Parts: sequence; structure tokens; C-alpha cells
Amino acid sequence: MTEEIIIAGFGGQGVLSMGKILAYSGIMQDQEVSWMPSYGPEMRGGTANVTVILSDDRISSPILNEYDTAILLNQQSMDKFEATVKKGGTLLYDPNGIIKHPSRKDINIYQVEGAEEAAKMESTKTFNMIVLGAYLKLKPIVIMENVIKGLKKSLPSRHHHLVPLNEKAITRGMEVVKTIQTV
Amino acid sequence: MAKELRLMKGNEAIAEAAIRAGADAYFGYPITPQSEVLEYLMGEKPYEKTGMVVLQAESEVAAINMVYGGASCGRKVMTSSSSPGISLKQEGISYMAGAELPGLILNVVRGGPGLGTIQPSQSDYNQAVKGGGHGDYKLVVLAPASVQEMYDFVEKGFELSFKYRTPTMILSDGVIGQMMEKVELSEYKPRWTHEEVVKMHPWATTGKTADRERNIITSLNLQSDVQEEHNLKLQAKYKKMEEDVMFEEVMCDDAEYLFVAFGSSARICQKAIQNAREKGIKVGLLRPITLSPFPSVIIRKYADKVKGMLSVEMNAGQMVHDIKLAVEGKTKVEYYGRMGGIIPIPSDIVKALETKLIGG
Amino acid sequence: MAELTFQDIVKEENLVYKKTSLLTDKALSYCPGCGHGTAHRILMEVIDEMGYQDKTVGVAPVGCSVLAYEFMNIDMQQAAHGRAPALGTAIKRIMPNHFVFTYQGDGDLAAIGTAETIHAINRGENILIVFINNGIYGMTGGQMAPTTLPNMKASTCPFGRDVSIMGNPLRITELIANLPGAYYVTRQAVHTPNNVRKAKKALKKAFEYQMNVKKGTCFVEIVSNCNSGWKMTPVQANKWMEDNMFPYYPLGDIKVPE
Repeated sequence: MTEEIIIAGFGGQGVLSMGKILAYSGIMQDQEVSWMPSYGPEMRGGTANVTVILSDDRISSPILNEYDTAILLNQQSMDKFEATVKKGGTLLYDPNGIIKHPSRKDINIYQVEGAEEAAKMESTKTFNMIVLGAYLKLKPIVIMENVIKGLKKSLPSRHHHLVPLNEKAITRGMEVVKTIQTV
Repeated sequence: MAKELRLMKGNEAIAEAAIRAGADAYFGYPITPQSEVLEYLMGEKPYEKTGMVVLQAESEVAAINMVYGGASCGRKVMTSSSSPGISLKQEGISYMAGAELPGLILNVVRGGPGLGTIQPSQSDYNQAVKGGGHGDYKLVVLAPASVQEMYDFVEKGFELSFKYRTPTMILSDGVIGQMMEKVELSEYKPRWTHEEVVKMHPWATTGKTADRERNIITSLNLQSDVQEEHNLKLQAKYKKMEEDVMFEEVMCDDAEYLFVAFGSSARICQKAIQNAREKGIKVGLLRPITLSPFPSVIIRKYADKVKGMLSVEMNAGQMVHDIKLAVEGKTKVEYYGRMGGIIPIPSDIVKALETKLIGG
Repeated sequence: MAELTFQDIVKEENLVYKKTSLLTDKALSYCPGCGHGTAHRILMEVIDEMGYQDKTVGVAPVGCSVLAYEFMNIDMQQAAHGRAPALGTAIKRIMPNHFVFTYQGDGDLAAIGTAETIHAINRGENILIVFINNGIYGMTGGQMAPTTLPNMKASTCPFGRDVSIMGNPLRITELIANLPGAYYVTRQAVHTPNNVRKAKKALKKAFEYQMNVKKGTCFVEIVSNCNSGWKMTPVQANKWMEDNMFPYYPLGDIKVPE
């Protein structure tokens, strides 16, 4: 198994930490992992993206130009990364703020109302975990137990009281993910 | 005992490794993309745990000279920076080479020249392997291609720098520095005691005792004949370094073509190998791990076996010249690369292989 | 009464003074009349009297005293031009129980090494900085220094230092005395026996402060002559120093512990 993922959105949406939790979950499941962020001034309020790879084998390049899955959380990311999904691959996005929806016919497309659900949960910080839940529903490459372990590893211990809320958000994401098209 | 695994950035791995390797001091100055080294160390407060000194210096120049001062006391001392800062350190590095001092210098390379870009690059290859500062000298240069190697090369780097009493440079880049991977951590090694240092490094300035002459750390020889003698001694040492050459061969057994690449370029080449082999092209990878000493012998060996070599670099083509020297004209050597912080993509690497070597 | 022979004179009980064993037997490379030799001697005497030879590391600069390690019988490091306080910082932090000093001239400390000087002192590094100020670059052949006086001639200001073009002499000692990390700052001279005694006392205080009080940097400036660079006889140079250098760089304590 090798899963190559790009997660992209606004800085502050929790893109990088979502990738980190996913990578840590992979370690908990004895997988090889890599996490490669965009870095630099564009991080400050602009767009952020991270390439995450989970694999049973040694990972070759941590930087890619095509992906098994793209998780796209704003319009700029949609414009930039829709074309990079491998044929037959997966595109997951939050329709909130999206004007130009994905138009490719050769990939699987799913929606998750992350922003809306986070508002319902009265905690905008759960946004990225709702999206992660949606992703894990589509690609159960790591089991929930290991995700919780990964979550604990990537959060400083003073934030461990937030683990149950995050777990709830992941479960919520699994419930609300919507299929737009499959190929 | 169970393995201690952690998801870490390359820069964080360097810092953690320094604490666990029993380093005595780190002196640094912030610059993107390597500031996490100093940030991590300050966060860990090793001065409370192991007594390791951590100090933010007033400049890269001061930091490397602090390394000089600490190394002269026979201690494991290190610094880190990125390209423009490494240029500033070159005077100090030259003095360290001249005074035959150990020490560890991390360069998380970004694109240049000048202030350039903060994005990843390998354009400091020549600076690292040909000396860098003034005078005839060489460093040991290690090129990590993973976060685990960033971690492992701290201890390895100290070991080699004390073995040869010459500074070791870890030549990394923004990709390896900023990305996170799984790292297997090692046990804590205690720092050397003063008594151990005095015994192991009789050359160090630890205080002149009655049983020995005073120790002087200097790179100054006013007489030419003395200086030349010193130069010959250094050159003999650099020749001896070849016994510690390191490299990795990936899918080379049946290879008709070879990528030669180091650091993050080598990682991308491994993806390019997968893509090329799917197309039926038998290509392998020879990855120099020590860039100095350079693995010329193994490259020369492959020159008789393959139809051509492609040097893949994130610069204008620097290592390609060392490969050409190594193959002694026995096979075709071409270069493909990107500059300015742009990372070559696997499909373009395969295309370059096809057009420059297979079709050409 | 029989006349005293040489052998009588050098008998242990007749000696009132002898060279400290912390100076080597190597002939000093300094010009006759230069203050460096005396400054070396009193610094080594202090370390000798304190019994600290085995716990001292000194740092030599670039300049006339680049070869200080040839004359001082202690472990020493030779620093790149201006960087001695950076070396001293590392040595002291790694070996906090050692006595650490830098020995620097005006070009080294007050021009190329200004940043290292100011920041080491501002951090309050617990080291001694000995600053020899003779207003000129001696080793490279008499060029203008940051401390060259107005209208004073040097090879790179052959018509005298024109402050409108070349800027004013830098009173770096007064400057660093303002830094909270500076614990003891004093300006001395070594051209008369009385001044030598005072300068040695200052060095001794600096030693005590570093080893026992540990509250910051001690800075001892020694205003000295450079008869070769100034193109004078040693006697003329000392007179000129008193008449011209001392008014601009007045001797005495600048900052003393409260």
C-alpha cells in the first residue's frame, strides 16, 4: 500500500496539523511516512499545502507532481491541484467558498461540509478533523485506534483534553461525507 | 527495549541528535529554512539536562568563531545555518581547517546567489566540497537524504571530524530540513568529562598542566617552508579520508543507465526509477553519501558497465564535473537539474534521461 | 668588604624580582619601547600569583600581539581578526571554572571586531578583555586605527586624521561601559613603574571578579605607545602619549562594581 496525498487550503485551516496527525497515525500502524510542507512567507495567512505519503515500503520522493488523493479546502488550491490527481484518484473538497467546482470526469469526487459542521459543533478548530474523518471514511488506510494514538502524539500533553472532541469531529466527518461522482 | 520512534522535521532531528550524541555546545543564528534547529534546542533546554551550551550568537560570524573556541577545548561543538549564513562562516571554517579543529556545521541549502530564495537548492555543492573559504583544505561533507540520516549524521559527523581533526559539514537542503519523517531515536550518550577530554585530545586547550608543554591552537605559520609542511600534512589527511567514503546503490545490478544524485534529488530519482522501469528503461541510482570524500572509485567501476550517467542536481550542474573526472571518459555523462528553489519532478527526470542519454 | 660578584647578585636571597615562569624564554618580537611586553608580563604575573596556569585559556588576536602565544606559557588560541570575544564566550561557557581572557589591539577590538566586543560584553560573558590601545595598526605598518587621534598622522592618513572625512576616534571603552553586562571597566597605562603597578592591580581585580564574583565582563584598556608607527623614539613616544593620548583617553576607572 502506498497512498500519496496533497492537502491544501488557507493558512490557519489546520492543513499542516491534519497532515501531521495522519502521518503520526501511519507511524502507529508501522507504516513509512513523509510530510513535506510548503514553507516560507506564503504561510502567513496565504495558502498552505502539505504532501503526506503513507506506505508499507520505503518512500522514494517526498515531493510529487501527481497524487492518489487531493484534499482541497479553498479555490486557489482547487485551481492548482485538481489537475494533479492521478487518473482514477480521489478528490475531496469542502464546497464552502468554492465557485468553480471540479470538472474532471476521470476521478472520484467527494464533498465534506467541514466549515458548516464545525460551526454546528461550535468549535471552528474541529474543521480539519471533520475533513480528516471524511478522508478516512473514503480511504481507511489507518484504523481509528491508531488515529487517536497519532493525535495524542502530535498534540502537546496540555491539549490532550481535546482528544475526545477531535474524535467526535472525525466521526462526524465520516458520517457527512458525500459522493459527487465515482468512476 | 522498544524502539523510540518520533515524527520529526529534519531540522528538529539534528537538534535532538545533538543532545543525545552528547554534544557540548551549539551556537547559531536564525535564518530560513533552518531556524528550527535553534528553536528546538532552546525549547528542550539541554543546558539543564546534559549541560550542553546553547547560545544564539549575534551573527553567523560570531557563531562559527564560538565553534572554533569550543572545538579548541576538545569539545563536540556545532553550528547550523543556510546558504547566505554559511558564506559568512567561511572565514571561520578556513581557520578551523588550518588549525585542525573538529566541529560540525549544518547547511540547509537554499537557492542563491545572494539572498536568493528560501526554497530548497543544492547550489552550495561546490562551496562545500571544494573547501569554501580561502586556502587549500577540504571538509568531510555528508549529504543526508532522509530525516533519519539527518539524525544519524550528527554522531557520524562528530566521529569523522574528530578522527581527521577537520570540520564536518552536513550538506542538506530545504526539503530534508523542513519535511517530517519517522525517526528512530538513539540512547542518550553522556557528554565527555573534562578528564576524558584531557586524555583523548592531548592537543586541546584545557589548561597547561605541569606534565605537558602548553597547547596552542593557531592556523598561523609565518615561514613558507613551515606552512608548506603543514599543507602537505593536511593533504595527506584528506587523502586518508577516502577510506571513509560512503554511497548507496539502488537497483544498480541490471542498470544500463545510472542516475547520480545526492540528498533530496536522490529521493526524487528513486521515484523517477519507478517511472522509468515501468516504461522498460533499466536505470539505477548511485547516491554519494559522502560528497567529500567523493565516491570516485565506484563511479569509475560503473563507467565500464553502463551506457551513460545522468547527474541530477538542484543547481546549474556542479557535481556533474566530479562525475566526469571520475569516469575518465569511459561513459557519457549528462546533467539535468533545476535552479532557484524549484524541485525537479520525476517525469522531467525520465524525459531528460530519454533525450540526453537514450535518444542522444 | 669584598665586591659583589654576578653570582652573588643572582643568589635567591638577593633577588628582589624575577621573570615569571608564565613567560617563555622566547625573545619578544615587539619593538624596543613598546608596551606589549610589559602588559604581557603583568598579566602572566597575576595568573602565576593566583596559581592558575593549569586553569587558564587565553585568546590571541590578529595584530602585533598575534604571536602572544609564543610568549605566554599557557594554553592559548589564536582567533580570526576581531573574533576573540566569540572564542572567549565559548571557552568560558564550556569550561566555566577556567580563567579566560582575550588580548586584543585597537584595530581588532574596536574596528573589525566591534560586534563581537559589544555583544560578548552585553551578554555579560564572564571573561576578561585586555585592550591595548596605541591608536594605530602596528603590525601592518602604521595605518589609521579607529582610535587614531584627530590630526594624528598614519600611513593611510598621511596628512593627519581629518575627522570630517575619516570620522572621529572611537572611545569604545566608554561605549561598552554603558552596557549592563560590563562589570568592571578601567583604563590604565604601563609606561611608568607607578602605572605598571596600578595596571597590575586592575588585572588582579579583574581576575578576582571573574573567578569569585562572576557577574559580568571585565574590561581593562591599556593606553600604550607605538614608537615605530608614530615614528618617534621610545622616550618621545611616551611623552607624546601623555600629552595627546591621555587627554582623549583619560586614565582611571570608568565603571566599578557598586
